Amino acid sequence: MDCPSGRQMRISGWGRYAAAEARVHSPDSQGSLNGCLFKLDSLIPRGLGRSYGDSSLNSDVIATGRLDRMLAFDEKEGLLKCQSGVSLAEMLDVFVSEGWFLPVAPGTKFVSLGGAIASDIHGKNHHREGSFSDHLASVEVMLPNGEVTACSKKENNELFKATCGGMGLTGFILNATLRMKKIETAFIKQKTLRAGNLDEIMDLFEGHKESSYSVAWIDCLAGGGRLGRGILMLGEHAERDEAQGGLSLKGGYKLNIPFDFPGLVLNSFTAKGFNAVYYNLHSRAHESLVGYDKFFFPLDGIHNWNRIYGSRGFAQYPFVLPKEAGREGCRRILHKIGASGRGAFLAVLKLFGRGNENLLSFPMEGYTLALDFPVTRNLFKFFDEMDEIVLAYGGRLYLTKDVRMSGEMFRKSYIDSARFMEYKHALDKAGKFRSLQSRRLGI
Amino acid sequence: MSRVIVFGAKSDMAREIARGLAMRGYDLYLAARGHEEIEPDVSDLSIRYGVKVSALEFDLLDYEGHKAFYEGLDEKPSGAVCAVGYLGEQKKAEKDFNEAKRIMDTNYTGCVSILNIIAGDFEAKGEGFIIGISSVAGDRGRQSNYVYGSAKAGFTVYLSGLRNRLFKSGVHVMTVKPGFVHTKMTEGMNLPPALTAEPHEVARDVLRALKKKKDVVYTRWFWRYIMLAIRHIPEAVFKRLKL
Repeated sequence: MDCPSGRQMRISGWGRYAAAEARVHSPDSQGSLNGCLFKLDSLIPRGLGRSYGDSSLNSDVIATGRLDRMLAFDEKEGLLKCQSGVSLAEMLDVFVSEGWFLPVAPGTKFVSLGGAIASDIHGKNHHREGSFSDHLASVEVMLPNGEVTACSKKENNELFKATCGGMGLTGFILNATLRMKKIETAFIKQKTLRAGNLDEIMDLFEGHKESSYSVAWIDCLAGGGRLGRGILMLGEHAERDEAQGGLSLKGGYKLNIPFDFPGLVLNSFTAKGFNAVYYNLHSRAHESLVGYDKFFFPLDGIHNWNRIYGSRGFAQYPFVLPKEAGREGCRRILHKIGASGRGAFLAVLKLFGRGNENLLSFPMEGYTLALDFPVTRNLFKFFDEMDEIVLAYGGRLYLTKDVRMSGEMFRKSYIDSARFMEYKHALDKAGKFRSLQSRRLGI
Repeated sequence: MSRVIVFGAKSDMAREIARGLAMRGYDLYLAARGHEEIEPDVSDLSIRYGVKVSALEFDLLDYEGHKAFYEGLDEKPSGAVCAVGYLGEQKKAEKDFNEAKRIMDTNYTGCVSILNIIAGDFEAKGEGFIIGISSVAGDRGRQSNYVYGSAKAGFTVYLSGLRNRLFKSGVHVMTVKPGFVHTKMTEGMNLPPALTAEPHEVARDVLRALKKKKDVVYTRWFWRYIMLAIRHIPEAVFKRLKL
């Protein structure tokens, strides 16, 4: 079958900084997808375009939007098989009311299944449940030569390890079977704890390892003894008798976001003010019942929140440092940001559990900190300097959110990068699957 | 819940309309040639909306087979959507009658053949609805696609007459006239973004109009006025234009 001729348009990553003129092809069947693989010299799959940088950009792009069917659901085991264009939001819409939840929920639900796998995304439960790919029973990939192969932890394991977290470079993810998680209600018991500095907040993480969900917001503009002060949020799925709304968000809903993120012009003064207000709005400890939407996806309520950074966009600096040296490393980086006077609007800290065996998956046991910066002159030079610190502490950056790291940084920080490249080149001799990111990193 | 049969179920607009119908609780028959290809849609719609859906092999151009096809349905539908469309190539159709015939047969003759049978059944039962997806291209002939346009014009007039006939039996006949829509059929064409709808927008308009029992619906809505203006250009002027 023929590859659809596609639509010429300007596409960008979620950060809006990286953009490209692209022909976007939207096949709606395996047959026409196959046609695309034969017709195009270079291509990259693209889901909902939520990766921040240039990982879903190329001159020819295969959009998964029309490959959005749910194929099978096994009610006994909670196994859901979907085509890669189905979004996590759609899964939640259909399955929460039936008592099933995503095994791993990222910070936005507007992510496609294919994107979730290619990025091997993580969520607030990484310390207990691992990454998204750890809950996949099977993945079907159309390889660069057009052949369709199933893989999993047991079957074709090398393909599985390269595809999960592989940024769409090993082939086209056709569909996957996900193990959903049983829930009794659509609500989360949320607990917030305030910490006066970085050490305190890291101790809190250690002390609440048994919590199902945990994440912290950090005020990276507070200095001195208050460096790294922040709010730790913990969550548990509410049980049947704990939330009268049951599996529907409509009944018994309590709005509990104390502060909507304002659409103001960001600079170091407003960011400082915002951070101080946000911090002080939280009392020392607080418990509440919130809908899953508010707990997991607070920013999804604000459409196009990426626009608050203006037309130049923003760039995130998302890194992880191994646990032993993580405290010291995080402190050094926060010091550096404080000294530079750059306002990071959102800074999110989390303690990861053990990483998995995938070749390019981001999480490793340790602390991960993600900082958003508006794109300004010299920002990337500043990032280069931070790279040296991250590298010195044995850490790495998240490919899904990266827009500027060097090939050298990638090769040094991802210890399996050579193995990945060797595997990919054997699979894709002509180098058909590539993105602006893969070229930049020399993959 | 009652069944709706969707013809041309592989088209983007039909897929979205089928989703909208399933969301409202209708069971579905999805009819198309090469129905294996719509099996993923069958599972999708039944998982998402908990309705009964089956795929049926149907060849619009096999007129002789239409009666047997309809009689073979174990549960008769109470609604029908005809979303079959073949744009073809105008230039080819000017020289090659087979292309012109294929355009006419797909967009007009085949639809008349199957809808005649369905209309008879609905009329006898005294209930049901028929939705025909025609096109703004049928409102006036233009050099760029007049073979397609003439077939759609025929279909529009057929639906209008059918509406007139079935009114007293309580059967609702609705004509849908989409303007530019981003679909497989129009991919590669340079469509003006401001005027071009997504298939799900068309479906939304269709389902709203179905609920309100509208007769003729343009989608997006402003096409009603664009076509009003275009229809009123004097022929002496129109023939000189490049539209």
